[in-house]
Amino acid sequence: MSNTQAMCTSFKGQLLTATHNFGTAPTRGTTAADTFKAALYLASATLNASTTAYSATGEVSGTGYTAGGITVTNGTAPTTSGTTAYWTPSASLVYTTVTLTTAFDTVLNYNSTQSNAAVGVFTFGSQTVTAGTFTLTMPSNAAGTALLNLA
Amino acid sequence: MLITTTKGIMDDSKLEKKEGSLDNDNEITTWVEYWLEGELVHRSVHVHLKKNVVAEGIQAMLA
Repeated sequence: MSNTQAMCTSFKGQLLTATHNFGTAPTRGTTAADTFKAALYLASATLNASTTAYSATGEVSGTGYTAGGITVTNGTAPTTSGTTAYWTPSASLVYTTVTLTTAFDTVLNYNSTQSNAAVGVFTFGSQTVTAGTFTLTMPSNAAGTALLNLA
Repeated sequence: MLITTTKGIMDDSKLEKKEGSLDNDNEITTWVEYWLEGELVHRSVHVHLKKNVVAEGIQAMLA
């Protein structure tokens, strides 16, 4: 027998459900999942790994689009497989009947329950939409392909 | 088929339809446009994301 240094996979999964707190963190009055939202950003914006929270700066604007974006459908709880914890929204992000004439190429996933804290920045080819629908379909919800992976 | 346009809801028989797509390492994207007398009156886009974000450095961050 021998021991192997590792971060426990169960711990990674529990990070996605706020089981652990190594510092000062929000006091939770409920066990319910937080609300996550998805906002679109112009190609000229500067979101990246240093983004800490949702901001209207650089966000798209146009007919049919509400500042802050749309609520993410969160019907599938985070889980683990192998040594990876992961999570993916359970439905596509759909911005229906919008007109966004200035090129955009980014969606910010953020936690609107926890002071709009940023979760992830996802980029795609620059787009515009005219009196139409913008749909973002998520990658497969599996280890290595899920939208969020803690490997 | 009825299409939502900048001119209101129109029958697609009155419009010119253009479609396109791209497939790269990051995404599969398709779009459809409807034009009326040289004016873009509808554009919808569907992006299927392929890439995710991976926190492989999480052990280092918490060490």
